[in-house]
Amino acid sequence: MKNIPISALIGLFFTALYFLMAIFAPLIAPYGMAEVVGDVWEPSRIEIMLGIAPDGFTESQYWLGTDNIGRDLLSRMIYGGRTTIFIATMATVVSFTLGSVLGFFAAVTGGWVDQSLSRFVDLVMSIPTLIFALVVLSVTPVTVPMLIIVMGLLDSTRVYRLARAVAVDIEVMDYVEAARLRGEGTSWIIFREILPNALSPLVAEMGLRFIFMVLFVSTLSFLGLGVQPPEADWGGIVKENKDGIVYGIPAALVPAFAIATLAISVNLVADWVLNRTTSLKGGRG
Amino acid sequence: MSDPLVNVRDLKIGATVYPPGERPHDIEIVHGVSFDLQKGKVLGLIGESGAGKSTIGLASMAYGRGGVKITGGEVWINGRDILQTSVRDVRALRGGEVTYVSQSAAASFNPAKKIMEQVIEAAVEHGKFSKKDAEARARVLFAKLGLPDPDNIGDRYPHQVSGGQLQRCMTALALCPEPDLVVFDEPTTALDVTTQIDVLKAIKEAIRDTGVAALYITHDLAVVAQVSDDIMVLRHGDMVEYGDVDQIINAPREDYTKALVSVRSIEHEEKAPAGDPVLSIRNVTARYKGTKFDVLHNVNADLYPGQTLAVVGESGSGKSTLARVITGLLPPREGEIEFAGRVLSPDLASRTRDDLRELQMIYQMADVAMNPRQTVGTIIGRPLEFYFDMKGAEKRKRIIELLDEIELGEEFIDRYPAELSGGQKQRVCIARALAAKPKMIICDEVTSALDPLVADGILKLLLNLQKIENVAYLFITHDLATVRAISDNIAVMYQGRVQRYGSKSEVLSPPFDDYTDLLLGSVPEMRLGWLEEVIANRKMESAGN
Amino acid sequence: MPLIAKLLVQRIALGLLLLFLVSGLIFAGTMILPGDVAQSILGQSATPEALANLRAELGLNEPAMQRYFNWLGGILTGDLGTALTSGTDIAESIGKRLSNTLFLAFWAAIIAVPLAIFLGLLAVRFKDRWPDKMISAVTLASISIPEFLIGYVLMYLIAVKLRWFPSVAMINDGMSLGDKLSAIALPVAVLTLVVLAHMMRMTRAAILNVMQSAYIETAELKGLNGFQVIFRHAFPNAIAPIVNVVMLNLAYLVVGVVVIEVVFVYPGMGQYLVDHVSKRDVPVVQACGLIFAAVYIGLNMVADIVAILSNPRLRHPK
Repeated sequence: MKNIPISALIGLFFTALYFLMAIFAPLIAPYGMAEVVGDVWEPSRIEIMLGIAPDGFTESQYWLGTDNIGRDLLSRMIYGGRTTIFIATMATVVSFTLGSVLGFFAAVTGGWVDQSLSRFVDLVMSIPTLIFALVVLSVTPVTVPMLIIVMGLLDSTRVYRLARAVAVDIEVMDYVEAARLRGEGTSWIIFREILPNALSPLVAEMGLRFIFMVLFVSTLSFLGLGVQPPEADWGGIVKENKDGIVYGIPAALVPAFAIATLAISVNLVADWVLNRTTSLKGGRG
Repeated sequence: MSDPLVNVRDLKIGATVYPPGERPHDIEIVHGVSFDLQKGKVLGLIGESGAGKSTIGLASMAYGRGGVKITGGEVWINGRDILQTSVRDVRALRGGEVTYVSQSAAASFNPAKKIMEQVIEAAVEHGKFSKKDAEARARVLFAKLGLPDPDNIGDRYPHQVSGGQLQRCMTALALCPEPDLVVFDEPTTALDVTTQIDVLKAIKEAIRDTGVAALYITHDLAVVAQVSDDIMVLRHGDMVEYGDVDQIINAPREDYTKALVSVRSIEHEEKAPAGDPVLSIRNVTARYKGTKFDVLHNVNADLYPGQTLAVVGESGSGKSTLARVITGLLPPREGEIEFAGRVLSPDLASRTRDDLRELQMIYQMADVAMNPRQTVGTIIGRPLEFYFDMKGAEKRKRIIELLDEIELGEEFIDRYPAELSGGQKQRVCIARALAAKPKMIICDEVTSALDPLVADGILKLLLNLQKIENVAYLFITHDLATVRAISDNIAVMYQGRVQRYGSKSEVLSPPFDDYTDLLLGSVPEMRLGWLEEVIANRKMESAGN
Repeated sequence: MPLIAKLLVQRIALGLLLLFLVSGLIFAGTMILPGDVAQSILGQSATPEALANLRAELGLNEPAMQRYFNWLGGILTGDLGTALTSGTDIAESIGKRLSNTLFLAFWAAIIAVPLAIFLGLLAVRFKDRWPDKMISAVTLASISIPEFLIGYVLMYLIAVKLRWFPSVAMINDGMSLGDKLSAIALPVAVLTLVVLAHMMRMTRAAILNVMQSAYIETAELKGLNGFQVIFRHAFPNAIAPIVNVVMLNLAYLVVGVVVIEVVFVYPGMGQYLVDHVSKRDVPVVQACGLIFAAVYIGLNMVADIVAILSNPRLRHPK
């Protein structure tokens, strides 16, 4: 693990920071998640320090100000991050487990199993994910487990495709044929020959899927079809505070910053993992 | 003597490398090479992979591929140092004064444009000919290079002509602008041996008739001996020996050159069939799933214990398919395989563990025949564990014995395949096969991806191991020199049929059938004047036409 | 029939088959719950009469297969059914909104496609130098932010702080084209930004892939200049991959429209769909879902058709 490039270190640091904040949210947040502590849209301490607060405000006890009904925005951001990251992580786990297990299985088994699974995945992928999610969410109760399942299932199609493609590439290698000729069973071939060689691209993809899940759940919540109030999540915070934008109140933009930094950090880590894979093949792979 | 056309002085070339786990850094790959070339002469650049020969060839066009940079020296062409001239002058040189023929014409032609358009492009662009004159010249060149229908072949797209024909079209492309120098970069290496000879002849005659000078780059000394006036032998970016073709072939001075000249001089005493065959292929006919024609037709052959059966043929002859039938990867449509006195089940899944153990396989590409995430110890140890339940110290002891047999030391046990050279990788694959204590090993083109000297070492090792372990080889190859070196029996395959079968001495002695005659005659021999002789004595047109 | 015509017919047939299957999937998607759709639409507190009425209205008393074919038959004759919530004809409501959405998507595409191809070429031309690096940094940033947030950032800066354009994109039939364009300037800008990054990056990759071919080296060794190499030798081979990139991103744009319409309160299909998902108006959701999917499938089909038509091996068989 030596020689980690600086960009990957930055990525790792911020990713870890966000996850720690999510885990220890109740300890870190200065106020309760749904606690009304002040007036509507009070300016933030940061605005005052930068001198861009509206006239008449000289001090504030809220780092990020208050939201549309006077709750502390920083606390809501921390709790919101917890919800967003939790849902994204769980959905990634669902999508990954299902997608990669089925993808490997299809590649190693081949024949009609592979054909029917792959054609079904093609079919599901011919409908845009967001549209399909909206269709399903129009009849299901919008709860956190339901969100995780819908997002995970829809996204597992993409993981399936990647896992299958990677496994098919490895599967035709002579060393896999050599193992077959030796008489090795399917589990040895999957776990000892294919998996160690497929791990890096899959781990990198996991990072990208996680980002996609963060964006996806935020979008759904923004549309009012994700996490339901009073629970906080980043997309929901935008929805609650969007009316302030027209009056020049930037509260709704705070989650943008959080989502973007989290996504960029994870991206940097994923990039590094992917580069490590290609350099094993001699630099040019 | 007039001023040379090309004068290269102390040429140094560097490249950026990306070793795994390290930062990219620059290394020197050619360390000060000098030569000169007179008008109308041919200089052969010869060496193994990594010798820097292609890099030097491209440097004569002031071109570096990928991260390759010319770092020092001078390249004088027509009285000016092209490393010091402007970008505009270099462009005028490329495709005008100096042109290039690559190894793979199939990749080097633009798939979206007609052949004629591409052949005349440089000549027209550099103002050498009008479009009409260039097309006329191209047609003359097509005819001279022996292409069928020279008046119309230019209207075709690259994918519509065969590989051998496309290679000749590329030669026409290089000759069309009437250059002073043509760089031929392994122009026949990717071709089948019987096609190679036609292309070689066409190139040689075209060089002679147009009076152009040429740099002819190849790894095959026998080939370069047919076309060159002078030869330069290169190794690891250094010049080893430089002289005229007669001296290099007939009186080499340096040890390395001597080794190259005498390569494939392994002689192996042919053994008479003894005992019952270990493998009998009986009336095997096979086709791939979902296709409508057979790739093997009624194939018969026997292999005796401790002996070698060479299966020889060109691409598409069905020789690798035969290996798939024997291993059970492709159950035959008709016929059967008898192995060690029992009839093998046609498909892999229902064979016994002993069937699998006694029949091992070694592949052409050792790189992809070993799992890159396993150490040498795991790779060789797995068959021991799997077939003999060996564990711990016992297993380790046996692995070290095997490493010893393949002339590698104990220190290799913890290395990964990426840390081995090409020859070492192939040796580890041999050890993996031997670990199963097989009665027979299928060797599928095991030396064709290796440099000649390394390949030689592998062949010697295989012969030696055969004596010790009494293992039989089914040796699949397209290379007749290898066949001579290693076989007891030979099966010549052509279009899915066994064309000729018998002991080595029978198969390689006249009278020949037409195909065997063509095949045997097409293998370049390391003597001057061979090409002309063969062309004069041929009975059959090669498959490439 | 020549091979190329056969492939085209096959591809179009596949597109139609896909559309048919997708309609089934969308229909099935609304039956995904084991329970009763009427119950989940009305909630737990619904009276038995209301439930029975809704079931009758939705045709829930008929078997699922029959309902599906009724629905499909209706769609094929242009009858998309009636909305549960307002009782209006869905086809009528969608008509105007669809044209609004296409209007928005059209202008975003007109700007984004040439710009992305130009910038992609620029990145290739200056590979590994600052223009290339800047383009990849922008790409990274823009794929890391959801499109609705890009929308609000632009709205905050341009509409609220600078007051160049209106923050809400209301359009109606009475407006002149100029007024309409001014109204949709911001959403078009956001959509452009959203697809630009992807399209740029993919164009760059597609062209680089072509530029690494051996025939590009041949062209360079013929002494052609950079411009000639790209336009004579790289471009003919890059058409299919670039069209593919463009179509993929237009498909992506169609989805992006849904969210952007909500941000800018634009009277299009997207907002119509999202509104009715919240109201659990299943017939509207099904109809909108199918239309979006059809556009998506159609664009992908066009990409494949261009790839078939531009493949020299298929155009000039042996």
